Amino acid sequence: MFERSHVLICSGSNCISRGSKSLRNEFEEHLSNLGIREEIKLVNTGCVGLCEQGPFVIVYPEGVFYAQVKNKDIKTICEEHLYKGRIVEKLVFDEALSDKKEVKAFDEIKFYSKQTRVALRNCGLINPDDIEEYIAKEGYHGLGKVLTTMTPQEVIDEMLKSGLRGRGGGGFPTGRKWDFALKNESDQKYVICNADEGDPGAFMDRALLEGDPHSILEGLMIAGYAIGADKGYIYVRIEYPTAIEKLKTAISQATNLGLLGKNIFDTGFNFDIELRLGAGAFVCGEETALIASIEGGRGMSRNKPPFPAAKGLWGKPTIINNVETLANIPAILHMGADWFARIGVEGNRGTKVFSLGGNIKNAGLVEVPLGTTLREVVYEIGGGIPGNRALKAVQTGGPSGGAIPEHLMDLPIEYETLVQAGSMMGSGGMVVIDENNCMVDICRFYLDFTCEESCGKCTPCREGTKKMLEMLEIISSGEGTLEDIDRLEELAKMVKNSSLCGLGQAAPNPILSMLEHFRPEFESHVVEKVCPGGVCKPLIKLVVTDTCIGCTKCATNCPVDCIEGSLKEMHKIDTSKCIKCGVCKNICPVEAIVSV
Amino acid sequence: MKSLADLKKIRDAAQKKVTMRGKNDGTRVLVGMATCGISAGARPVMNKFVELITEKNLDTVTVTPVGCIGECSIEPIVEVLVGEQRTTYCRVDEKVAERIFTEHIIGGKVVEDNIIGKFRL
Repeated sequence: MFERSHVLICSGSNCISRGSKSLRNEFEEHLSNLGIREEIKLVNTGCVGLCEQGPFVIVYPEGVFYAQVKNKDIKTICEEHLYKGRIVEKLVFDEALSDKKEVKAFDEIKFYSKQTRVALRNCGLINPDDIEEYIAKEGYHGLGKVLTTMTPQEVIDEMLKSGLRGRGGGGFPTGRKWDFALKNESDQKYVICNADEGDPGAFMDRALLEGDPHSILEGLMIAGYAIGADKGYIYVRIEYPTAIEKLKTAISQATNLGLLGKNIFDTGFNFDIELRLGAGAFVCGEETALIASIEGGRGMSRNKPPFPAAKGLWGKPTIINNVETLANIPAILHMGADWFARIGVEGNRGTKVFSLGGNIKNAGLVEVPLGTTLREVVYEIGGGIPGNRALKAVQTGGPSGGAIPEHLMDLPIEYETLVQAGSMMGSGGMVVIDENNCMVDICRFYLDFTCEESCGKCTPCREGTKKMLEMLEIISSGEGTLEDIDRLEELAKMVKNSSLCGLGQAAPNPILSMLEHFRPEFESHVVEKVCPGGVCKPLIKLVVTDTCIGCTKCATNCPVDCIEGSLKEMHKIDTSKCIKCGVCKNICPVEAIVSV
Repeated sequence: MKSLADLKKIRDAAQKKVTMRGKNDGTRVLVGMATCGISAGARPVMNKFVELITEKNLDTVTVTPVGCIGECSIEPIVEVLVGEQRTTYCRVDEKVAERIFTEHIIGGKVVEDNIIGKFRL
């Protein structure tokens, strides 16, 4: 049966959490009622990227982009659009309609027009549970070309030529890593996909695993062929249930088609992939800890060298590549290194996926060529800050990175420039910080995380993160002194220089970078006892200003009954009883309550 | 999977499943499916097009229901878009649909009997 229309329902975890799971059933029901069920194809896809506006439903052939779709809207879409052919304008994503109310193509929407989708090329466009749709998009053709026409050394040369660098954050050239492993002779070698994405706020890898799992499998197989490994592991955290389910389906489909197993493409190349589920420890994203965890041990890092490329899993040469790195590989081998090297800038080739979050209008998943400026990402793709508040900084690299202040927004996004600015590329979290955020509080948040996640093996990290957290708590409570800030900086440098693995070495980065760019903000916490962002509870006071309209909402909702005032009269907060929970501030319809 | 040819065979078959998603440069058949169109019998006409396309396995042709074109008295109205050429047919029934399909969409010759207008976009 020819299906005259394809309805794509975004089923990435972000849209599922916004209620997209039940949309398919609604479609089934209403299309059946109208008697047109078999004319329409329903496809559950991976993440479309503009998570802030989800859940998405995209209707082809017109390419209409419905945003924030709720169960009750499905009946209208079915009756109006799919039955009568009238586009339901009020449900279409604002920016997807032109001034003349004409439907814009996907790549004409501002959020997408600045992006270049290489790793995310299939995300949101294909059904991740159907290997044929992946093959239709030239999937497994890179692998076929590699196995039938190239030697391992030629594959590595192609990777070196492409200039691809590790997307997990370190930025080490992928081709060189493979080259080491190829040259280390052994009866057995392994490749591992590091899918232990743990940075708070990062979800690039999850979206890739859920939206295009076959590209990860194909990347892993090419890596295996290049170094001479016949066994691959995907280490994914158990906190990603949908990703695990998609990977399992993908592995069984690839096995059934003979793309995994023995004698693939009749070339004598054998390859198997096994899933290993991690319990969600941040340190297991570090490669030696990850290997320890796969071996069944406790996730703890060890000294390097020997590097895993020489002595890795079960003591054999092993390479570990991040999910996004692997997703790029099939495209590079299929389209050629020259094609890939045309994207990005010298030394930083290709694209990077970021999960854009924090105080930003279009929060979601974006993929840009390296060399794009931060300002373009924040303002042109991200749509700027809600309420037109002032941008203070952009935090990259999660708990291992730092903050880049507003005056450096024209920096091109490259591995080196971000490090010079005191931050790092990291795996791709990008958090937008505005004037209503407190830098001390953000540091405290990240240290709270790293302190909890430290494996405890080495003293600088185990004790250092805890002490740094305590010092930040003292500063944010207003009880610190200028000497405390100096001591904090000294300790941060010490922990950075003496920790065993990346977790401890990078844990002080938020502190060091915020001290470099925002030291006055720390100082006002200890000298003037003021929190400029109005966040640190011990230092703020909530007051009602004269824009109060006397609606009584704050008084009704105050959990400790400390707000007095009668209808249509200005209210007053009894600061001696106030617990600074902020309920009144959030509920006030005229923003009359401010923290000072 | 024994050879690249095997893979290409799967790809070619599977591409038919996804060509609709993306920019469509092929022929488009628009069927007026507002209340007036439906009551005049647009639905069997659209089904006929869908049926013929399936039969001939033409993945470059799309069929889209559209809203009221305006001339309710001469419904069902069908528009055929080939490149920039737009042809509007009126009073289309299943028989006419079959003619439009064989003579115009496949044969490239407009079915003069049922057109109300022919103009460039």
